Amino acid sequence: MSNMVKLTINETAVEAPAGTLLIDAAKLAGIEIPAFCYYEGMSLQAACRMCLVEIEKAPKLMAACVVPVAEGMIVRTESPAVVKARKTTLEFLLTNHPLDCPVCDKGGECELQDMVFKYGAGESRFTEVKQHVPEKQWSPVVFYDGPRCILCYRCVRVCNEGMGVGALGIVNRGVAAEIAPSHGDHLECDECGSCIDICPVGALTSGAYRYKTRPWEMEHVGTICTHCSNGCKTTLGVRNNEIVRGNNRDRSGVNGEFLCVKGRYAFDFNHHPERLQTPLLRVNGKLEEVSWSRALQAVVEKFKAGGKAGVVGSTRIANEEAYLLQKFARTVLKTNNIDHHRSGDVVTLLDSLSGKTATLGTADDCYNAKAVLIVGADLSQQQPFLANQIRANHRHHKAGIYVATPGAVREDKIAKASARTADGNWLPAVESMAEKLKGEKELLVLFGDSVKGEGVRKLVAFGESLGIPVKYICLVDYANSRGAMDMGLLPDLGPGYHAVEGAPGLTLPQMMAATDLDLLWVVGANPLARHTLASSKAFVVVQDLFLTETAQRADVVLPAASAYEKNGTVTNVCGQVQRLKRGVETVGAKTDLNIIGLIARGMGVNLGKVDADAVFAEIQKTVRGYNVPLPVIVTGGAAQTMPVNGRVPSTVLPELIQSSRDTLFTTGTLTRYSKILNEVMEAPGGLYR
Amino acid sequence: MKLYNPPSPLETKVISKRFGVENSWRLDTYLATGGFEAFKKTMEMSPDQIIDEVKASSLRGRGGAGFPTGLKWSFVPKNVEGPTYIVVNGDESEPGTCKDRLLIEHDPYQMIEGILIAARAVGASKGWVYIRGEYRYLIDHLDSVLKEAYQRGYLGKNIAGTGFDFDLYSQTGAGAYECGEESALLESLEGKRGVPRIRPPFPAVSGAFQRPTVLNNVETFSSVPEIIKNGGKWYADLGTPKNGGTRMVCLAGHVNKPGVYEVPLGMNMMYFINEIGGGMWKGKKMKATIPGGSSCPILRADECDIPMDYDSMAKAGTMLGSGGMMVMDEDTDMVKIALRIMRFYKHESCGWCIPCREGTTWLQKMLARIVDGNGAMRDVDMVGDLAKSMLGRTFCPLGDAAAMPTISIVEKFRPEFEAYVARNPFANSELVQVG
Amino acid sequence: MTFSPELEARFADLLTHYPPGRQRGALVPMLMYAQDEVGAVTPELMAELAKRLDVSVLQVDEVVGYYSMLHKKPQGKTHVQICTNVACMLRGGAELYDHACKKLGIGHKQTQASGVFSLEEVECIGACSWAPAIQLNYTFHHEVTTDKLDQLLEGLQ
Repeated sequence: MSNMVKLTINETAVEAPAGTLLIDAAKLAGIEIPAFCYYEGMSLQAACRMCLVEIEKAPKLMAACVVPVAEGMIVRTESPAVVKARKTTLEFLLTNHPLDCPVCDKGGECELQDMVFKYGAGESRFTEVKQHVPEKQWSPVVFYDGPRCILCYRCVRVCNEGMGVGALGIVNRGVAAEIAPSHGDHLECDECGSCIDICPVGALTSGAYRYKTRPWEMEHVGTICTHCSNGCKTTLGVRNNEIVRGNNRDRSGVNGEFLCVKGRYAFDFNHHPERLQTPLLRVNGKLEEVSWSRALQAVVEKFKAGGKAGVVGSTRIANEEAYLLQKFARTVLKTNNIDHHRSGDVVTLLDSLSGKTATLGTADDCYNAKAVLIVGADLSQQQPFLANQIRANHRHHKAGIYVATPGAVREDKIAKASARTADGNWLPAVESMAEKLKGEKELLVLFGDSVKGEGVRKLVAFGESLGIPVKYICLVDYANSRGAMDMGLLPDLGPGYHAVEGAPGLTLPQMMAATDLDLLWVVGANPLARHTLASSKAFVVVQDLFLTETAQRADVVLPAASAYEKNGTVTNVCGQVQRLKRGVETVGAKTDLNIIGLIARGMGVNLGKVDADAVFAEIQKTVRGYNVPLPVIVTGGAAQTMPVNGRVPSTVLPELIQSSRDTLFTTGTLTRYSKILNEVMEAPGGLYR
Repeated sequence: MKLYNPPSPLETKVISKRFGVENSWRLDTYLATGGFEAFKKTMEMSPDQIIDEVKASSLRGRGGAGFPTGLKWSFVPKNVEGPTYIVVNGDESEPGTCKDRLLIEHDPYQMIEGILIAARAVGASKGWVYIRGEYRYLIDHLDSVLKEAYQRGYLGKNIAGTGFDFDLYSQTGAGAYECGEESALLESLEGKRGVPRIRPPFPAVSGAFQRPTVLNNVETFSSVPEIIKNGGKWYADLGTPKNGGTRMVCLAGHVNKPGVYEVPLGMNMMYFINEIGGGMWKGKKMKATIPGGSSCPILRADECDIPMDYDSMAKAGTMLGSGGMMVMDEDTDMVKIALRIMRFYKHESCGWCIPCREGTTWLQKMLARIVDGNGAMRDVDMVGDLAKSMLGRTFCPLGDAAAMPTISIVEKFRPEFEAYVARNPFANSELVQVG
Repeated sequence: MTFSPELEARFADLLTHYPPGRQRGALVPMLMYAQDEVGAVTPELMAELAKRLDVSVLQVDEVVGYYSMLHKKPQGKTHVQICTNVACMLRGGAELYDHACKKLGIGHKQTQASGVFSLEEVECIGACSWAPAIQLNYTFHHEVTTDKLDQLLEGLQ
């Protein structure tokens, strides 16, 4: 490559692309130049002075985080002058930094500790009185300890540049300078906790985690967040079979280190005191705690008895569970009356893209596409990771952002064009941008539930008319909303969007309205929160974590494991398959897969080997698009499903598609059981001004 | 406006020649004394010719860094799309310095003409005179002058019938030494905290509002009209080689006639102190002098017999700086001077980078402890050592400004520090009594 | 929040000084001029300027805390600023400051209960050749002796 620059770092010849910062060039060569304020992907500060290095012919030490590589540059990162500079910078830092490491949450994973350990002096010469200010609480989840703060401004940047919120700033001057929240004494923000996560020291600590454990006492389990559809990897910190922290510091997963408030804190529903731990059976009109065998026996009897059955699946259960559920419904209960809460018209999108290639967008596309059009979705509220990708795309690649939404959204601030839509009629707003869009090199379109049925076809036709390559992402609500469809939790379509054998079954509302329903089996869903069940005779079996509205109507309630308690896979909004990894053991509850298997066994039905790996192997073989590489998944990666690329013979009315329109602080029923989410929901949400 | 100190007959009055003239700040006075002749002359010159003339004058920045002015102007990219700006640094915050306020008070049109000439040279259309907030009277004064200039056609459209357009505004600071640093000043001008910017890019390429910008001190701009009028060579010849012209030197401290005087570069410093400044007060002997503002390394009395120009000062290990000369007599407590200087820099550190923020704080605490009689022997070495730990390692020159005088004071007046420490009975103990 | 017609006119003019879309440049001057009229940088003032310049209140707060002349609490009718930096110190600035403390019965950044005087030991105010120097509000006084200070203060009682 002609634009490579040759330089020497510590007597080692190094090559790096022109424009590379010295600190990154050194990293490429395996040479660490320490830094606090330098942070990949964020604006440069040159404030911490830890990365000072010697560059031949420079009159003084230079900050490697702001100097680009130059041909023939000779750099020393471990010369006596550099070593001494680092040592004194750390000594300066420690003058006002309290040495309260034994009680500091960050102890053990603190960058300042690590730096002092590696580069610092063994002795402190500071004998003066330290500057002190009391700790402040800015929100239920954000605490700020000023004296510990080393003013690296990472938090300010992640909030401003990363999140687009700008809720943190720097007040006062000199040694009194400190970080301050948006509203005087408190924060009004996304409460995403990115500031805490990115803090190299214990200055910003989490209300959910502080003083709960030492970092080295936790086990770290990387799994997928169970809330929205974005499929963020969250690394659960588990101590004594309890999840005490969620973060993703190792940047594994599609999301890098990004997590929203739900991913970071809303695992706490898992330990809610109202979690069901024992099966319940309706005896004399009342739900009573019974043994698993008695509860299962009751289910098996009713299932064997037959009659008109309806099955409602979940948008949160694993692919394996969804697949097995529909298989059970179709082969054992012999019904196509199977559905789930649909939140986006993926079906019509797949059908209208039939015959086209490279038209389904991914999370990576959100970051790399030259232009992005958002139709009818408040992305920052409902799809926080995709919104983050788009902000980063704008920041790093100057992508053109276009917005057509009913109300003001955060993306307006970075948009080339914004238009408001009225009464769900988004087309005029989108068409008003056509000329500008034609000037872009490519486009990624993300659309919400107001675009459905014929609307999807109109949107795709509009995309075609632009004369540039266009990709689409159909937004859906929950962790496995996409998987539920792919696995065939639909009355008219089986796994992989094949038309079902025989007549299509009842849709969810039709099941609810059917007065002659004999049996309703609800797995991980809460349809009675918005529907009423017309059939009073229906025997209702519910598998869930909590005694939801639906469970309260049930005849048998089977306590189910949460996503954090099971293995399996889920598919995110972009069709990426990722692995759920069990973080904690269940107490009393069982996984839905296990429960389905036990019912099958009770009925004497052979569904094949009922474990997650075996069912996934069957999915790989039989579900269109799911022949994905297993190694990617088992190593914690995200495997992109293949596009269906064929006609999808849907018979279902698009009116059934309705997003829950969650905010950053809600995700359906689960939200109610998250203490933290309920606390921070005091914050207004929406746009912060 | 009255003069704050009587002039000296030994001055070379080039830019202060109108000081003391009745209504010296009025346009009519300025026009009657050769005002705007230089500007009109530049209408016949190409931008490059103007810059060459300034280069020939060997005029160097009068704010403190002493960067060659013509060269600085030549860095502004030519034929760029969009506006180029002029920013005048009238922040004048370096302790010991009080000259720019006189130039704006007594001869504002001279500065304005200098700005217009610079604008012609770089194709600028708009400018701001950034003045420290404490000088409110001066901002009000300048505002009235600008109003007159607009009314009389010497600012705005078609200036003095030349067809050249230029807008000029005053901009107040609000109390921050750091805003004297050019990139911090630009941040302040943009309505932000006065934290310096990462450079490059330098203001010539990306300055005010991210546009190419010429940024010079008030005195620098004020020197330009006479250079253009009389030629660069004439101006250069007033001083010593590479150190052209005259400077406003602010003489303060223990002398009989403190005041601001205009002298040619290269004048002997002792001559200046004795003949213009009237010598040491109360018949005392000189102990030391800070030659160019409190950030300059200090000179012992025996080091002061040198020419006052950029290069001679550098040779003596110090700087001409901003021209703030502070003379100290034999009774001066150098430890207290060191403390006072450090207290200032601690107060003014913006807090952005670690070595400056923490270094100035630590040093101030330690020096205060020594002055309070609680110093230890090891502290004396540590003062110098910590100051050296800031030197050259901070984000902007403020760290150096704090370090340089401190290092020199400890080196040159070490016995005074030791004498303070000796008062502490525990001075040699491992256990240090913390004050 | 509204200001006097004079100040509104000044603001209106000020906002024309900056390139299009960069009116935030007026923030520091607006704070300084408004502070003189309001008496302090109050939360209402910060919110008002934030609104006018389309920045967040936090962005205004960041600026207010940075500059030493901007103050959130009101000062005395006359704010007595005594420089004790090197040039003034060499000519009795520190003694002058001590004298003022005793005379006014208040210390650094304190205000008399009567609200007549407030006191501040300030850094170099740029009057070094005519030291020691003080400022009473924005007015400079040069070569101030303790007697002269007494006279000045008594005239303002």
